Amino acid sequence: MEINLKRYQDTMETDPVNVRSGPVSLTKLSYPLLRVVDLNVTIQHKHILKNINLQIPEKSITCIIGPSGCGKTTLLRSLNRLHDDNADITISGSVMVDNEDIYGKNVEVTHIRKKMGLLAQRPTVLPMSIFENVAYGPRIHGTRNRRKLYVIVKNQLEAVGLWEEVKDRLKTPAIKLSIGQQQRLCLARGLAVHPEIILGDEATSALDPIATTKIEQLFLTLRKEYSIVLVTHTLRQARRIADYVAFMYMGELIEFGSANDIFSNPQHQLTKDYISGSFS
Amino acid sequence: MRKLEEQIMKIVMLMASGIIIFILGFILWKIISKGLPSLNWDMVSKTPSGGFYLGKEGGILNAIMGSLMLIFCSVVISIFLSLPVALYINFILNRKSFASGVIRFAFDIMFGIPSIVYGAFGFMIMVFLGLQASLLGGIIAVSLLIMPIMVRSIDEVAGQVPRDLLEAPLSLGATRFEMVKIAARQITPGITTAILLSVGRGIGDAATVMLTAGFTDSIPTSLLQPAATLPLAIFFQLSSPVEEVQNRAYSAALILTIIILILSFSTRYVSRKISKSKI
Repeated sequence: MEINLKRYQDTMETDPVNVRSGPVSLTKLSYPLLRVVDLNVTIQHKHILKNINLQIPEKSITCIIGPSGCGKTTLLRSLNRLHDDNADITISGSVMVDNEDIYGKNVEVTHIRKKMGLLAQRPTVLPMSIFENVAYGPRIHGTRNRRKLYVIVKNQLEAVGLWEEVKDRLKTPAIKLSIGQQQRLCLARGLAVHPEIILGDEATSALDPIATTKIEQLFLTLRKEYSIVLVTHTLRQARRIADYVAFMYMGELIEFGSANDIFSNPQHQLTKDYISGSFS
Repeated sequence: MRKLEEQIMKIVMLMASGIIIFILGFILWKIISKGLPSLNWDMVSKTPSGGFYLGKEGGILNAIMGSLMLIFCSVVISIFLSLPVALYINFILNRKSFASGVIRFAFDIMFGIPSIVYGAFGFMIMVFLGLQASLLGGIIAVSLLIMPIMVRSIDEVAGQVPRDLLEAPLSLGATRFEMVKIAARQITPGITTAILLSVGRGIGDAATVMLTAGFTDSIPTSLLQPAATLPLAIFFQLSSPVEEVQNRAYSAALILTIIILILSFSTRYVSRKISKSKI
């Protein structure tokens, strides 16, 4: 680790141009829905995220990889303004969603969060029935009609492949489902409010291989309609599903590019080392 | 060596549990053996007639009803005051923030205040308002007594709610209030326990009601009338020189224990029903 760090510092001195994360071959991409501009985050005066600039390509899967403590999760949570309630955290820079700065002055946070579904590390089913879990989002945003809710619930549960498994017991508490089913339920719950972006914070790390495969397959289907940003700890997962990869190290975005480029031809020495597994 | 250590630990734990169970059993045996013979239907269905405390007939229905009314109103009042406090210091304020700490500390102090002080305080308020000893005064004092218990025990379970669960509704675009509702739902079993604890404490406390609710031989028909309570009924009967009356004190204690048991089981049953269907 120390050696790598040294090498990293060396490259910093000799080759500062490559460290910055300028748009890498983004010309062929469609207009980015989600854009991070000069984002800096400090937690209790510790600089966690340093000048992050990132454009998340639309309708594809972007994986954020990097060693533990490099700021992946912090970055993901800033996209959803989940740092709002923590007084220790200061944020500067901007995150643009639909060309609107979510850290802007007159932005309503509920409106921002509605555009993004979040999938946490462990499934977080709400203390209510399966049906109510999916109906919760539409309900708080004003859908009261039971028939409409039923249609939404059915569609979303079908979308995550859970409908056949639970259609006879929609009224049972969601906590009774297996952990993989719970995670798919959480995904359905997030989809029910029609987000444009799906954020996943190591969404499969608590699941067994079969459940993981199911979730990954879902992501691959969902990317036709949603922009998906996943923080992942397993490189193999990124290899399996990522269209684009962002590599972070010590709070900086080292490299961003298509999965092909990053995995077969990384530009940066650090990325090379991380991908080949010489540190993790 | 390590095996010996384990053996010793096992024995210590067993002994500690044994002592506690023995003490509990001893108290129960004492209450039952002394109280059961003088427990009859009159005890729970009649108010005291003249000379009851000298061994004449009658019952302690006045105290049973007084205690139940008192504890019911106090629990309702203090749940409405303490649930918002507990939710506020956990979910609106940061749980570890300075302000939460101050509020928590204040309730810790309230927790430690002896019940007679609440009685005296309630008495002072009553004098200030120009009330005489009354059910209302008792309710105020007992509410004050059980509020810190509720706040602190709800606070304990609220601290167990994982951050992820709170962020789930938020990330769906819920407001803070909607998030708090989810949290409250999650800790329903904890809230039930808090109610149970405070019922147990409030219904059995003599010192608070002595100065505030007073004592009477009839069932109160309004909030401004004095009310008898079971702990005081036990106290007065025990201090009687007549042995028969003393034994009645034990049956009053038995009734109090049974009431607490019934309340405890039924609350637990109801909360399990709720959590089965909703959570």
